[in-house]
Amino acid sequence: MNRETVQILGIFAHLDIFTQAIREMRRLGYNNLTVFSPVPRHEIEEALEGEKSPVRLFTLSGGILGGLTGLILTIATSLHYPMITGGKPIVSIVPFLVIVFELTILFGALATILGMLINIRLPRLRLRPGYDPRFSEDRFGLGVRCAGDEVQRVQDFLRRAGAEEVRHAGD
Amino acid sequence: MSPNNEHEPRMELSYRQINRDLLRTMEPAGRLYYAVLGVDLVILLWGIFAWVYQIKTGIGVTNLNNPVGWGVYIATFVFWIGIAHSGTLISAILFLFRCHWRNPIYRTAEAMTVFALLTAGLYPIIHLGRPWLFYWLFPYPQEGHLWINFRSPLVWDVFAVGTYLIVSCVFFFTGLVPDLAVVRDQADGWRKKIYGFLAQGWQGTDRQWRHYGSAYLFLAALATPLVISVHSIVSWDFAMSVVPGWHSTIFAPYFVAGAIHSGLAMVLTILIPMRRIFRLEAYLTEMHLENLARLIILTGTIMAYSYGTEMFIAWYSGNIYERETFIYRAMGDYTVAFWIMLLFNAVIPFLFVFGRIRRSIAWLFTISILINIGMWAERFVIIGASLAHEYIPFAWGTYRPSWVELSILAGTLAWFFLWFLLFAKLLPVISLTEVKELVPPPMRGGSHE
Repeated sequence: MNRETVQILGIFAHLDIFTQAIREMRRLGYNNLTVFSPVPRHEIEEALEGEKSPVRLFTLSGGILGGLTGLILTIATSLHYPMITGGKPIVSIVPFLVIVFELTILFGALATILGMLINIRLPRLRLRPGYDPRFSEDRFGLGVRCAGDEVQRVQDFLRRAGAEEVRHAGD
Repeated sequence: MSPNNEHEPRMELSYRQINRDLLRTMEPAGRLYYAVLGVDLVILLWGIFAWVYQIKTGIGVTNLNNPVGWGVYIATFVFWIGIAHSGTLISAILFLFRCHWRNPIYRTAEAMTVFALLTAGLYPIIHLGRPWLFYWLFPYPQEGHLWINFRSPLVWDVFAVGTYLIVSCVFFFTGLVPDLAVVRDQADGWRKKIYGFLAQGWQGTDRQWRHYGSAYLFLAALATPLVISVHSIVSWDFAMSVVPGWHSTIFAPYFVAGAIHSGLAMVLTILIPMRRIFRLEAYLTEMHLENLARLIILTGTIMAYSYGTEMFIAWYSGNIYERETFIYRAMGDYTVAFWIMLLFNAVIPFLFVFGRIRRSIAWLFTISILINIGMWAERFVIIGASLAHEYIPFAWGTYRPSWVELSILAGTLAWFFLWFLLFAKLLPVISLTEVKELVPPPMRGGSHE
């Protein structure tokens, strides 16, 4: 992103108009869009055609790592302190699987959260410029990043698409 | 996406109105709230006093002794872990099944899970003679050369309950983040700062929603097998030992069903007053309560079947110890608790088959409390009666809880409700985001659904 680009923000009140505007902006070749909405809606996802979230890979790796940790923890600890009780083998896999299972879930869940935070760049202390508190209430926002000389054009497009308010979002 | 069967309500509310209605619960509290909080704190302090007395004097101030070494403390531990389960059922399992009616109630249910686990977690520590050494339970190499026995169900329990607590907290908090952002945007002054910090900079961008949705789905998918494993493992604390009345393969499913049974009742016990006090009738409709009652019929049926199987096998197996244990439960020193258990858990819930009872708030509330009592009685009967009456008549004994145990029981009940009282005023008790997902979105071309 070079320094000359600016972000223009259009604020919409209706979902159908909003998704229409997203489609139009994309058709015009503006793909650097930021969408704000109070709820996740499939209509918005469809209009944006974003790819699948990679969080699932974090979940999978976390789960595998947790399972391995469980195996190593139980087997290594038992071998380190070999005490036979009840005639059972030192490495008793079946009961150890309980620990393996629990750690799979635990690591899987923590990795999921980590994956989510990394992917959405949270936590952050300052809000992104252009955010409007109405976005958590009932308004939809469309941020379009464009070159400095296209500002007027984008603003006109957004107004024509039905935005009730159009402004510079700052950088 | 749009709910369209008779068990799924259609709400005709605007996003703005949802924000306004649901954030009203966070307005400064009235006198009643502080009065209830005060009473709760007094009970909690009494419980703390009893625990301090127990630590200073020794575990002998309880009536735990041979043969009954596990009494009220372990029974209540199992009870609270069970209560936690239905929160996860509602928040995760019903989410995976796309039951949209869960949306308005899931926040409270999930909060109940977290608080019930915080309460349950106290009991193994209270039960220790030297509670300051509780970290010996953790399997790490240390100077004292403790032997960590991974074949022991008690060690599994540490892993299961620990994982459950952590995953539930994470799940609860993840669901809260978009709502915390709403609170941040509506508040000002110090509240804006604190909620802004907790919302971690959530802005509801497409990117955030996409990854959030994915993470939420996977957390739900992980929590589902977890919740089933936790009470199975808790049941194995008993079933793995050779005590009559405990050593049974039915224990895992029986405990999981019982857990959900008690938890659903607790959700009703909590939702009904909350709905009334905060005037949330438009969001927590009678249909929600009715659906919970329907679920209780299901879990009640499983309970009745489990009780029946246990008793049938005690007779049919021809094992005299098993048979003697069940006769003792029904007609010995714990008769009252046994019949309370049978009546309140496996008979009274069937009143919910009548629509009139299912739709009556007074009946729902009363029956939910009876089930809570019944389920606690069940834990007590299983633990106390089996230990009191094992194999050799010479080693038989009876157990009645002492005032210290009952005071700690009351104190931890207050501890649970203390968290709930704080939750009711500090966080949105109904998920704003998930309720907004239920209503038709604003459309210029009219509603599209």
